[in-house]
Order: sequence, then C-alpha cells, then structure tokens
Amino acid sequence: MSEEIVLTVEDLIVEFPTRKGILRPVDRVNFNIKKGEILGVVGESGAGKSMCGSAIVGLIDRPGRITGGEIRLQNERIDNISHERMRKIRGRRIGMVFQDPLTSLNPLMTVGEQIMETIRVHLKISEAEARQRAIAALEEVGIPAASSRVDAYPHQFSGGMRQRVVIALALAAEPELIIADEPTTALDVSVQAQIMALLKKLCHERGTAVMLITHDMGVIAETTDRVAVLYAGRLAEIGPTKDVLSNPSHPYTIGLMASTPSPTGSTERLSQIPGSMPNLRAIPQGCAFNQRCTKAISACFKHLPILEPVDKTDVACWLYDEAYKDEAAEQSKTQLKEGA
Amino acid sequence: MSENSLIKASDLGRVFDVSKPWLNRVLEGSEKQFLTAADKVHFDIPKGKTFALVGESGSGKSTIGKMVVGLLNPTSGNVTVDGEDLFNPKDKKAQLALRRRIQMIFQSPYASLNPRWRVKNIIAEPIKAFNLLEGKAIQTRASELLEQVGLAATDGEKYPHEFSGGQRQRIAIARALASNPEFIVCDEPTSALDVSVQSQVLNLMKDLQKDLGLTYLFISHDLSVVRFMADQIGVLYLGRLVEIADRDKLFEAPQHPYTRMLIDAAPRVDAFGRTADAVVGEIPDPINMPSGCSFHPRCPLANDRCKTEPPSLIKLDRAEVSCHAVEENRNN
Repeated sequence: MSEEIVLTVEDLIVEFPTRKGILRPVDRVNFNIKKGEILGVVGESGAGKSMCGSAIVGLIDRPGRITGGEIRLQNERIDNISHERMRKIRGRRIGMVFQDPLTSLNPLMTVGEQIMETIRVHLKISEAEARQRAIAALEEVGIPAASSRVDAYPHQFSGGMRQRVVIALALAAEPELIIADEPTTALDVSVQAQIMALLKKLCHERGTAVMLITHDMGVIAETTDRVAVLYAGRLAEIGPTKDVLSNPSHPYTIGLMASTPSPTGSTERLSQIPGSMPNLRAIPQGCAFNQRCTKAISACFKHLPILEPVDKTDVACWLYDEAYKDEAAEQSKTQLKEGA
Repeated sequence: MSENSLIKASDLGRVFDVSKPWLNRVLEGSEKQFLTAADKVHFDIPKGKTFALVGESGSGKSTIGKMVVGLLNPTSGNVTVDGEDLFNPKDKKAQLALRRRIQMIFQSPYASLNPRWRVKNIIAEPIKAFNLLEGKAIQTRASELLEQVGLAATDGEKYPHEFSGGQRQRIAIARALASNPEFIVCDEPTSALDVSVQSQVLNLMKDLQKDLGLTYLFISHDLSVVRFMADQIGVLYLGRLVEIADRDKLFEAPQHPYTRMLIDAAPRVDAFGRTADAVVGEIPDPINMPSGCSFHPRCPLANDRCKTEPPSLIKLDRAEVSCHAVEENRNN
C-alpha cells in the first residue's frame, strides 16, 4: 500500500446556530485516509459520524456550516470552494454510498441511465460508449445478466442488488475516495457479507480510499484498516483497527468493546456503560465522556483532552497524560479498594 | 420438556391473501395470490426460559410473534398457554385472564409509546385495563415499576419525548410488566438502540427474568444478541423452522446449511480482515416459493431430492433439523 494521502481532515468544526445556542456536532476532528486504505468511523447515533461525511462532500444542511479547520483532497482544499466546483468533485473524485439504496436511486430512471448520466457528466464520451461502461460497471459489482438488467428500474431490484447498483454508481467515474455511510445497515446479514466483500475487493483493486461510517463493530473489525472512534462529535481514539479493537485505551472504546455481544463466546452478563451520550446542547465541560466514565479524574472535568499517542493508537484522554498519571493511579487504587 | 412448558405453539401457520382487487384480476386474468408467512411452526417454551426466533427479513419472525400474543389469528394450528387454548377460550373471562398473562415489547420505543400521555399513565394503562388495582394504588404501582426498570419514580410525570431511546425502551418494559405477566414476546427490542445502551437493556431483561420468573419469546435478526439472551433457538427461513436447538449446540455445531451460513456471515469483532465466505443469492420471493426445500436454490448441498420434496423436522441429539442433507449425512 502506498503512503500517498488522499484525504486530510484537520481540526474540522461543524456548527449549527439555533435559537438555543450554537450546536457543535463535529468538534475539532482530525484524520487522514491513504490511497487504498479503508478508514472506519464508528460511534453511537448522534456522535457526528454522518456529519463528518456530509462535511467532506459539502452537503451539510443549512443553517449548519463548517466554521473551522480544513478538508484537503490530494492537498487541495475543498471546504471553502464554490458550489459549482464542489459539484465537479462530488461524483467524479468522491463517490458516495448511503444507507438506503432505494432513496439514493432515482425511481423514474433505469439504472443504466443513471450510471450513464454520472459517467457522461464527468467524462467526455459518447452515449454508446457510456452504455458499454455502465454494463461493465454492473457486471463488476456482480449483477447477473447485466446487459439486460441495465434497462431495469430500481424497484425491479432487491435490496442487496440495489446497493450493488449504488456501488457501481459511486465507482462509475473512478473516484479517489468513497464515502460509505452505513451501507449495509438496511440489509440482511447474508447480503451484508456479500456487499462488504464486494466493497473491499473493488477498493483494494483500484486503490480507492474509503471512509466507512458504521455503528457495527463487527463490520469495522472485518473490513477496515484503521478506525476512528467518535464520541459526542469528538475523536476519542484513532489507530490501526486491530490495536483499537483488541487493545483499546480510551475508557469509551473499552466500554464499547466490552458491551458488544459476540456471536462466538457465551457470557452470562454484558458489561455496560452507564447512562447515554449527552445531548449536543448539554455537553459537559472538559471531556464529553466524563459523566459516564468510571475512571474520571479532576482534569477530565476541567480541560478538553487532546489526541496523544498511547501504545499504537492516538487517544484523547487525560488518564494517559504525564501530568495526571499519579492522580489516575491513585484513583484506580481507591477504586480497587472500594471494589474489595 | 413439554410437561412444564408454558407456551406451546403447534403447527402454527398463517397465510396472507395478497391478491389484486377482484376487478383487476378479472381484467388481467390473474389468479389469486397467497403469501405463506408461517408454515407448520411448532415450539415449546418451558417456564422461565427464553426461546429465540432468528431469521432474515421476510422469514416470518414478527408474524409468529403477533400470533403468539393473540394479535393475529393463525390460519392453522394453535397456541396454548399453560394448556389453555389462546384462540378458542372457554369464555370472555377466561380470555381476559389469559391475555393478562401475555405482554409484548416492540422494536421501536419511539413508535410504541403515546407521545401525548405522561409516562405514569402509559404504565398504568394495563393495570386499569385489567382492573388489577384501584385508586391511589395504581400510581404507587407505576412508580414502583419505574424504579424496577432503573428509572426514577418522578420520571412518571414526564412525557416520552423527554427520554432517550434506551430509557424509552425501559418505559416499554415497565408497561409490559404492569399486568404481572408470565410471558413476554420481545420483537427486536434492542435493534433500534446503540450498543452501549443495548447492553443495559439486555442485562435488565435478564435480571427481570431471574427476579420475576418470566418466560420470553425473543425475536431478533442479530445472532450475537440471541446468543446472549436465549436458552433455545429456532431458525426461520421463509416461514418454516429449519432448525431448533439449544443455544450452545446451535452455535457450536450448527446442522442446517442455512444456520451455518447465517452464523458464518455474522460480522465478528475479533475477526480482523476476514472476508466471510460469499453467500450466494438472497431470500426468494415468498409468493412464488421454490419447490421442495425452500432453501435449495442457495444451498451448496442441494440435490434432486431437495428440489422436489419438502423436508420435515427430524430429531437429533438436542436439536431438530429440517434438511435432507443432514438426514442423509451429506452435510460434512
């Protein structure tokens, strides 16, 4: 895998001014995706996963807007460019796959017409040539009898086949980056396995960078190279998937992994994180996780933690900070005593 | 097993008429069409145990759940609760008494709570409907139930929109407990919740089962959740049970090719970089079901017999499987 960085997101802030004050669904998020790499973005509902994806493609609904940070595609800023220029990038250089394949396809056009439209907007080729490309694209995503199915309408496909069409559509103009927002959440497990395998294969073959947004830890483990864990709009932990999932450092990631039931082992009781994610209007001062965290120390209630390397991952947590190490150790000692 | 079973479903079947209107049928010369949502489903749930139904969408899980609580009449077969027939009760009084013992928890806690009612009234509704308590005792009981599911008694004054998804599902559980039921049908109770909240609700349901001796019918598509909750599991495919087995037996030695496929396709948190073996095809059209075994078009073990003769459940050690390949020992 080459080290070429396709997408850089730096200190990204998205804000929504409302009557009750400014809400920040994305707060100083940093990550990058290399060529041919699949980055998983995981978090609970409301963590800001989808908002990150929308910000990258410039599709944040008004009155929301990017108020800070930079987004760069191949070293070219795309967060402050005009709508016209962004339209040329969307579809051509960044492909998108959304959760519900039925709403992302036009019900009044055949799937072939939709793929041809995408190809012809971005590439100057004849209609006949575009049609051939559309058929090839459908064949590539595993749609049987592609040359006749190309003239079918979306409602004539099953859910899994529709999502394949959407992937063909996203890949049609050979983009550098694909943003897949919960691409298999609406599908059954057996079909989900097919779609994930397809996405993985195509992206590795072409060297496309992928940002895979999902809440499913299993999908993250099996599909992604690196993973970013979001909590209340902030990055809690980011690093190689294997390190983050099997040896998590942030208390939230630890809790998340422990509360995920596994189909392979049987347990009598799941460990649980108390409470639920704070409302965007009431994010506590300091670390957003402090009220649910069993290990919180005084610093967690005062200062916002920043990402620092811990082992092989980057973690935003005061427990690993040199200045607070003693207090953290003291805290766990007293907790052990209380437990005993 | 059948001696202390609380719920017994035998030969349960439901057919829906999905035909076009009469005039369209005459004009287009089309026939009546029927969808078999459940076919010859049978299971026993012993008192205090959890039976789980798993399957993909369209496999008939929810239809069976609705029939077991009496919300939907079966076209064939019946359900008995403690030996009493749910659909042909002796009299009105017996029917009401039977219904009090059965409750249901639905998938979406956003749709299953009336947004215009205070939580205390939502919880008190079953108490009033079955005339279990009177006057002030109703509110005392409602507060008690709220505390039992991990909420504060004062939360009763609030409206559903003031709660998060997990808290709402707790309210739905409190409402289900209000009529002191013995049996609760849980239809995908956590699929609308986030993992960290899901574990809270699942633990709560397990604790309540232990404390109150509840019996659950747990409907889910998520194998990891089922593995955590169930004692016995039935795997559904297109309305038919293809395998019934004890939990550990099902996960450690799945017999039916469909069960194996489901378990293999479920994403695992410890399987880094794994590509699940590509499963062929999708669930077929339930109106024009395949002949013979309905799984044969997707089955790697299918032969001519599977294409023509529908299999029936055969008993194995701690399991029942409906598969010709297993019967003929072609499955390894």
